[in-house]
Amino acid sequence: MDLLVVLSIEALRAVASLALISVGLAIIFGMMRVINLAHGEFLMLGGYAAIVATKAGINIWVSTLILAPLVVAIIGIIIERTVIRFLYGRPRDTMLATWGLSLFLVGITTTIFGNTTEGISAPAGSLQVGNYYIAAYSLIIVLIAIAVFAAIWAVFRFTRYGLIARSTMQNPEMAAALGVNPPAVYAATFGIGAGLAGLAGGVMAPITGIVPTIGAAYVAKAFITVIGGGPAVLAGTVSASVLFGAIDQIITYLSTPVIGEVALLAAAVILLRFMPQGVTGSFFRRAS
Amino acid sequence: MTIMTNINRRSFLKSSAGAATSLGLIGAGGKAFASDETIRIASLLDLSGGLDALGKPMQDAITFAVEEINAAGGLLGKQIELVTYDTQSDMRLYPQYAQQAVMKDKVAAAFGGITSASREVMRPVFRRLNTLYFYNTQYEGGVCDRNIFCTGITPAQKQSKHVPYAMNKWGKKIYTLAADYNYGQITADWTRKYCMDNGGQIVGQDFFPLDVTNFGSTIQKIQEAKPDFIYTVLVGGAHQSFYRQWAAAGMNTRIPLASTTMTIGGEQKFLAPEETNGILLCFNYFEELDTPANKAFLERFHKRFGADYPYVTELAMATYQSVYLWAEGVKKAGTAERMPVIEALESGISLDLPSGKFSIDPQTHHVIMDINIGQIQDRKINILESYPQQHSLDTSAVCDLKKNPDDNTMYVIKV
Repeated sequence: MDLLVVLSIEALRAVASLALISVGLAIIFGMMRVINLAHGEFLMLGGYAAIVATKAGINIWVSTLILAPLVVAIIGIIIERTVIRFLYGRPRDTMLATWGLSLFLVGITTTIFGNTTEGISAPAGSLQVGNYYIAAYSLIIVLIAIAVFAAIWAVFRFTRYGLIARSTMQNPEMAAALGVNPPAVYAATFGIGAGLAGLAGGVMAPITGIVPTIGAAYVAKAFITVIGGGPAVLAGTVSASVLFGAIDQIITYLSTPVIGEVALLAAAVILLRFMPQGVTGSFFRRAS
Repeated sequence: MTIMTNINRRSFLKSSAGAATSLGLIGAGGKAFASDETIRIASLLDLSGGLDALGKPMQDAITFAVEEINAAGGLLGKQIELVTYDTQSDMRLYPQYAQQAVMKDKVAAAFGGITSASREVMRPVFRRLNTLYFYNTQYEGGVCDRNIFCTGITPAQKQSKHVPYAMNKWGKKIYTLAADYNYGQITADWTRKYCMDNGGQIVGQDFFPLDVTNFGSTIQKIQEAKPDFIYTVLVGGAHQSFYRQWAAAGMNTRIPLASTTMTIGGEQKFLAPEETNGILLCFNYFEELDTPANKAFLERFHKRFGADYPYVTELAMATYQSVYLWAEGVKKAGTAERMPVIEALESGISLDLPSGKFSIDPQTHHVIMDINIGQIQDRKINILESYPQQHSLDTSAVCDLKKNPDDNTMYVIKV
């Protein structure tokens, strides 16, 4: 019984991690149609921001939950203004540019921090469940993911910015005719997506540690989750995360982490074979 | 150690671009003048890329050895000139730089290679081009080639002492966590052998590719299997997250750890003390060795590289000492030419060095050395036990270069 509880918490943590690392990409790719191959590097930058700030003596919660997303959001806005905005509607060029960007970011962080693994210890200690012990941080990740998704949903559903952003993505000319400034909306939305990636990087840093090349480990999973989720940004990311995260975790427990990853990829291939539009493209067409 | 790097196009492009923006090649510009006044040696180590944490201390160590020998008057009246190649954790660069070192720089001997894969790429090059080669990393044993000297510790020297010691201390049930390539797998096999020989039991065994960072479900599996201790053969930066997650789950005070790789990149200095406290280690060298030779070495080394130098690792010390072995061979031979130096080294050269007595075994070209067991406490290592002058019995069981001087095999020893 206690084993079941512990395994469920681990599975929830896997789902929450997958959802967190994918949601920034889901917004940038799902809403703006920008294929951001530097997404993994945004996570990496968030991780470095969190680690550097924590090591400088700033409270770990402030550095992971506030500073990491803030720093990466600012970097994201700068990148949108200097690179991405010239490439809207040109997906192939965007891919090349963001790939180049990802190489650049890896190179520059390697020059600054060196190619060694940096890390901080997970806060919050451990929990006892029957005969088992787990990191309390696992549960905290689940709570952070729930809070993040609730906040995104509320912002896009209820705020004026949310309404303007959704309308701009649907029809920028019409939005502009109604007095909206689409470039500002694009920059803000890209910044939010980058900031969410930074948050995920900061939250994951105590678990995985950070190296300049860690983005490669994230970007593939994030793309699989977003594409598997389909057109609905939030519902898609959540449903794909639940599916892939649970499969990965269960198979990993039954065999090894390698087979777990293979199972995740196999599940994605099978899913896209039968639902080329992703989960939300096939089931709830009207979900947002 | 062996690492099969898993190269996909993305990571390949990334690493090449990363290298291009960082150091690139250091000092590879071979000088054109003939080396009548100097004896050249080459160092081929990963000073950037994923293995740089291992390579940098080794490079400092070889630099230091060369500077010391030069300051003491050099070798045969000549200065030693060190040519440094940064192999950038990239397997393709090893054979290329190995050839360059021989053909362009005309080095008398080459030192380096970190993973077993890199050694096996360079070994045939140096053999074919008649250049003496020193490999200075702990590895799985079994290299049998008269052109190479292996100064690293092998399983018969290490696991044969480490595993029984931990079993005496903690109990007979072991859970092994190892990196998923031949170094990890072969080391896990040796761990199993020494566990069985001492009446123990392997209650679980997991292998992880080098990029795995999530050990959550493994930590649950370990708690389910209830081992008396865990034996880790984890390699590289990603695997360090095991120690963090283990401590975060509060298991660090419940099930003890023994590790064969911890500290070779100075990890105990940047993981938190509570994440590494109590880990049982086994090496030839620890900075904490309390001998006059080691204290004198550290004083000189810290004067040159700064008092805040992180840690002189096992691999760095083996590299430093290998230069002294080679220099002794050159002195004894009266020349830096390959064959006379090999014959001089085979005459049974034995030196008193910072890690203790370091003697070449002529039969295997491996080293007979002291083995020490230590335990980490607050980023320092307490030495608990010493086993003087251990032979590389795994290699000598399959390799006899006296009988078969032309042998050129990497034996995979059946456990």
